[in-house]
Amino acid sequence: MKREITLNINDRDETLVVDDAETLLEVLRDRLKLWSVRESCGVGACGSCTVLLDGRPVSACLLLAVRSTGRDITTLEGLGDGQLLHPIQEAFVSERALQCAYCTPGFVLSVKALLDEIPNPSDDEIREYLSGNLCRCAGYADILRAVHLAREKISRAPVKPE
Amino acid sequence: MATRDKDMADLSVVGQSVYRTDANPKVTGRALHVGNIEMPGMLHVAVLRSPYAHARIKRIDKAKAEALSGVAVVLTGAEIAKMPGVDAHFGPAFRDQPILAVEKVCYAGDPVVAVAAVDRRTAEDALQLVEVDYEQLPAVFDVLEAVKSDSPFVHEQHRPAKAFADLAHVKAGRQSNICYHFKLRTGDVDKAFAEADRVFEDTFSSPPAQHVPMEPHVTLVYLDEHARLNVWTSSQSPSYVRTELSATFGIPMNRIRVRVPYIGGGYGAKLYAKLEPLATVLALITRKPVRYALTREEEFLTITKHGVVTKIKTAVKNGAITARKCEVYWDTGAYAEIGPRIGHKSGYTSAGPYRIPNVWIDSYCVYTNRVPAGAFRGFGVPQVIWAYDSQTDLIARALGADPVEFRLKPALEEGEPFATGTLVHSFGIKEAIRQAAQAIDWTKPRAVQAGTKRRGKGIAAGVKAVLTPSISGAIVILNADGTANVLSSTVEMGQGSETTLGQIVAEELGLSVGQVHIVQPDTDVTPYDTITAGSRSTYHMGNAVRMAAAKVKAALCEVVAAKLEVAPDDLLARNGRVCVRGMEERGMTIGEIFLAKFGSLGTTLAAEAVCQPTAAHMDPETGQSEASRGGGMSTDRRPHGPGNRPVGKMHGVLVSFGHRRGSRGRYRNRARRSSATHQRRRHRHGDQSETL
Repeated sequence: MKREITLNINDRDETLVVDDAETLLEVLRDRLKLWSVRESCGVGACGSCTVLLDGRPVSACLLLAVRSTGRDITTLEGLGDGQLLHPIQEAFVSERALQCAYCTPGFVLSVKALLDEIPNPSDDEIREYLSGNLCRCAGYADILRAVHLAREKISRAPVKPE
Repeated sequence: MATRDKDMADLSVVGQSVYRTDANPKVTGRALHVGNIEMPGMLHVAVLRSPYAHARIKRIDKAKAEALSGVAVVLTGAEIAKMPGVDAHFGPAFRDQPILAVEKVCYAGDPVVAVAAVDRRTAEDALQLVEVDYEQLPAVFDVLEAVKSDSPFVHEQHRPAKAFADLAHVKAGRQSNICYHFKLRTGDVDKAFAEADRVFEDTFSSPPAQHVPMEPHVTLVYLDEHARLNVWTSSQSPSYVRTELSATFGIPMNRIRVRVPYIGGGYGAKLYAKLEPLATVLALITRKPVRYALTREEEFLTITKHGVVTKIKTAVKNGAITARKCEVYWDTGAYAEIGPRIGHKSGYTSAGPYRIPNVWIDSYCVYTNRVPAGAFRGFGVPQVIWAYDSQTDLIARALGADPVEFRLKPALEEGEPFATGTLVHSFGIKEAIRQAAQAIDWTKPRAVQAGTKRRGKGIAAGVKAVLTPSISGAIVILNADGTANVLSSTVEMGQGSETTLGQIVAEELGLSVGQVHIVQPDTDVTPYDTITAGSRSTYHMGNAVRMAAAKVKAALCEVVAAKLEVAPDDLLARNGRVCVRGMEERGMTIGEIFLAKFGSLGTTLAAEAVCQPTAAHMDPETGQSEASRGGGMSTDRRPHGPGNRPVGKMHGVLVSFGHRRGSRGRYRNRARRSSATHQRRRHRHGDQSETL
């Protein structure tokens, strides 16, 4: 069945008609052309299609679009101001924590959720938190360093006035 | 090729740590991938695959599928075989792989029927309406069974492809599953075994594994306004794809344009032709853009690395290895793919990087009814290292020798002959063994208990052949404002080639990395390159871009030398200027040189160069080589800077060691590989070694 839904994506309301069977991944990529969200395994095992749902990382390939209404959806396009890199992205660049980078958007969003939840994570907490994101070029050691660097950058960043 | 006399100290860009030039598009998710490209009216492909490992196709009924709304075409292999001027089979070594199965299927997963429809779901729905009747045939799944004379044959005959110079010697064959046999005979093995103190005989087997690039294979094909074939594809070998499509469809090469944007990992899985022939035939029939993207499950049914059985017999006399006899059986699956090249180049390294006077190698590339096997991180070399250096450990243990010392003694020295007769150059194996031993505190106690886990130590040494003959062409275009464009068919797939090639050109022309743009592979403009694989790009393409840049620099120097009345040899390029060595304030900017030469600033200065190292003249029957240059082995002595350091790639290589054990695919009944990612455990955070 088709129905009209409104999704809040990157702080913007998007109203569209979707089929009940359409996944959030299909809507984000095929309809809204948010290309940072990538399909890889299609079964929620690899983290390439990670988006934030109310700040928590989820696999967009497993979530139906119709079940995503009323939630704040963030893709990598919505991180930062669109001009300057977010401190997490800066850290990935400085630590060379990317190679083919197909997995990178998912990793960056998972790290965002991690640091929001655990501002000062241990190595083990980082590994555990990121175990749902796979990287086949094997940048794990570099990604670990990037998380620590991002944590430093964020903790040094001036607090924005509310 | 001119030798380079500069020391690292003289280099201003190469060797420096720079940010990856592809970092920004990649870290923002804006990097262009084939899957982001859409064309108006684009069709999507779904493929019906064989449930049987070996079967004759008796009947295909596709009428209902064709009648489904939204379906543009339902295609079978029999129809492709009837298309005039089209070769229904392709492949880099043998033309044995059908675009869609013709008459019979050769593995469970073999593509049988393709549908192109308005969207993927419609295409998948249509597949449900296709009926296929099969007559099952006896199948063979074990490489040692497949070489027996009473084994079922996967193919009745073997048709060489003649696409690569190094595979020109593969022969047509029939009535055998062995499609390629590499032999090497050095010294008198039988005599050495007869005179040995001890003989060690072991068999090692290494299973297939899938590459699992995070981006599954994807190809988009359309005909442009000139009806030229345009192909966007996630490939490691754009030049080869063009050649293959030209040969398969009889289309002139200048009417085929292959472009490769950033690709999401390859590791060998994306070499040669994969989805391109089927996407092409569907685009030719429908005259519409066609996107063919594999699902993760299909990825497992498309290509794996070779499962290998290696039998090794080693003679030891007076504590030294005196002879080694290796029989290597490469399970290349239903289609040879690049198996013969692997059987050759990795087969001849199967005695190891050691001084062994008597060597006998038989390396067989063997068809079975399994998923086709191809290159994967090391081109087959990890499988043979696993075999010979496991045995080296067994021998050392039996002799009571220290595994490090036992390897150091026979490890080849610079300039010594390898088993093939090739002299090894730039060969740092002894140093590598020593440094590796030091890095893991070899002399300290070996086993460490950490909770429920035990950590041991081990060491292995390996040697990898380089791909020869091997060719890279490049064009460097210098703009009047002191920026440059570099045309190269090397594919940036994560290894950092874009940054490395940029550094090399910047160094040669005295520019900064940011002033050099590497144009992504586009066969309309970027010259031929053999493949992006085998650790060859920095050397081959690196030299091609360096030589092309040197030609541009020579043209600049000619102008400056005339203007300033100095010898061209006294000039150097630095900071966007060409100036007099030792008097760097005397010189001209690139803009000034362009004005002097052309009287205009809108011009460009371009040069092409081809890097084609002298190939070893090797007799494929004996493995004996007459010349060594370019045929030897190298250790990278000049890293191009930590920013694009080989360390990243080394992390990946370490992970692939785990493939000996960790990611073995299970073959269930009918030899179909159990597939989706969730059924197996991939390497995750915490599975990887921490030190390098």
